[in-house]
Amino acid sequence: MSIKQISVFMENKPGTLEEMTAVLAQNNIDMRAISLAEAEDFGIARLIVDDVYQTTTVLKDAGFVNRLSDVLAVEIPDAPGGLNKVLKTLSAAQVNLEYMYAFLGGKDVDKAYFIMKTAHIDRAESTLDLAGFNLVDQEHIAEI
Amino acid sequence: MERYYQKEIECASPEEIRKIQDEKLVRQVRHVWDNVEYYRKKMEKKGLTPDDIRSRDDLHKLPFLSKADLRDCYPYGLLGVPLEKCVRIHSTSGTTGKRVVAFYTQHDLDLWSDCTARAIVAAGGTKGSVVHVAYGYGLFTGGAGLNDGSHKVGCLTVPISSGNTDRQIMFIKDLQATILCCTPSYAAYISEQMKEMGLGPDDIPLKAGIFGAEAWSEEMRHDIESTLGIKAYDIYGLTELSGPGVSFECSEQKGMHINEDHFIAEIIDPDTEEVLPDGEEGELVFTALDKEAFPLLRYRTRDICSLNRTKCSCGRTLIRMEKPKGRTDDMLIIRGVNVFPSQIETVLLNNGYSSNYQIIVGRVNNTDTLEVRVEMTPDMFTDNLGEIEGRQANLVDGLKSMLGIKAKVTLVAPKSITRSEGKAVRVIDNRKI
Repeated sequence: MSIKQISVFMENKPGTLEEMTAVLAQNNIDMRAISLAEAEDFGIARLIVDDVYQTTTVLKDAGFVNRLSDVLAVEIPDAPGGLNKVLKTLSAAQVNLEYMYAFLGGKDVDKAYFIMKTAHIDRAESTLDLAGFNLVDQEHIAEI
Repeated sequence: MERYYQKEIECASPEEIRKIQDEKLVRQVRHVWDNVEYYRKKMEKKGLTPDDIRSRDDLHKLPFLSKADLRDCYPYGLLGVPLEKCVRIHSTSGTTGKRVVAFYTQHDLDLWSDCTARAIVAAGGTKGSVVHVAYGYGLFTGGAGLNDGSHKVGCLTVPISSGNTDRQIMFIKDLQATILCCTPSYAAYISEQMKEMGLGPDDIPLKAGIFGAEAWSEEMRHDIESTLGIKAYDIYGLTELSGPGVSFECSEQKGMHINEDHFIAEIIDPDTEEVLPDGEEGELVFTALDKEAFPLLRYRTRDICSLNRTKCSCGRTLIRMEKPKGRTDDMLIIRGVNVFPSQIETVLLNNGYSSNYQIIVGRVNNTDTLEVRVEMTPDMFTDNLGEIEGRQANLVDGLKSMLGIKAKVTLVAPKSITRSEGKAVRVIDNRKI
């Protein structure tokens, strides 16, 4: 039940992010989440979108190098301690996270979602599943 | 089996070549003495007359010609025949100073096209081959040179010139071209464009490419060979001496055979001007033996390479020159160290980056700065920041060990470095000295 994240290479110069989002806007692509990671002289934009195939195609055509990776999207109640519960479960299972970012629920204002990248994706998935957490799949990401 | 265009010359014995060179040199020195006042004065200054030059062994006595001489003589000062005997001119790109205008009689064009015909046959061309000439046509010698050689061999010549890459690919496919002639950077661009169109090496009929007019690395050759599915042959020449075809590569790909019946090559120490023995690296100097209109003797090319007189297994006996590292004009001096763009290209390709790069030289607080900008490619990109930075660090290390100085490496967006249809612009020097 992982979902696809699109990572996009960002040259470090003014306007790169604006250019990329302009491509998404022109193609009517709805972003669920975005996170930016930066190195000294370049960056990576990580996107969760409603239509993965269309996004990778239009980005490539516009000259943006991008790559797909599998990440987990965990749904939690938007309340104190929500994230901690998820992380407790994962740390008990010795799952190491590479990075994560969050977004608040769209239609359902009481929900929040965590996007997590880990090398132990199968173990993380089964552990969270067993503990009763709701993992969002690709089909449902567009509906959030 | 190796094929030759003029086997009697290409495979002649050293004695036969020597005889040809001795006779032609004596005649050519006389021709220049009689017709080129500028060079005659240079000879007189050294106390020489044509009688002092009796064979190739006396060549070292003659004065050199340099790019500066060509500038001083612009446009007619080195003309060896009355202008009305000339039928064409070509001119250099002028990237490194004032343009050079070279003149040709019909005889000069004929011997030049013999030279390029040898290169085409060495690359597998034969009567009926389709040769796609994507060198620029016009003042630049690339288009005309390969065009005329292709005619001589009897190939169907596609004089497409450079530009409009999609159309180039369509013509290559539709007309079943087997030999592509262009600059190596344009060949790389064609292969990039093919990939974009979803085409691989098996989708095009090309078997060989003849690439020259700029310095390119062995790694770039491998890249072009695998992405276009061809064997890539190097060709060398200068407008001052006629154009491409002064030397050319055979299937061995171990140096370029110099057309010694038309040119004598020497290697000199660029500082002392002493002639160096075969095998030593130095500046390449050429004497044109039978050109009428623009007969240069001992012309300093500013190209750095060495000569190899050992026998080549292709059967040719013509002496070979190593691929020039680059022209002394291309050489950058950064923090006192000599840097050739081709060295940087080698490191980039060895580390998996593309040949789309730019070198930016600057000066901060009286210290030179070197920045290499290289495009990110889909193959080199991952979601892992650390991995990309690790590769970047490897590249910095690779450059340091190749060049001896530290360079900053900047990864830039794909296609952000301008593509070239002719000679690529590799260096931007912002130093104001």
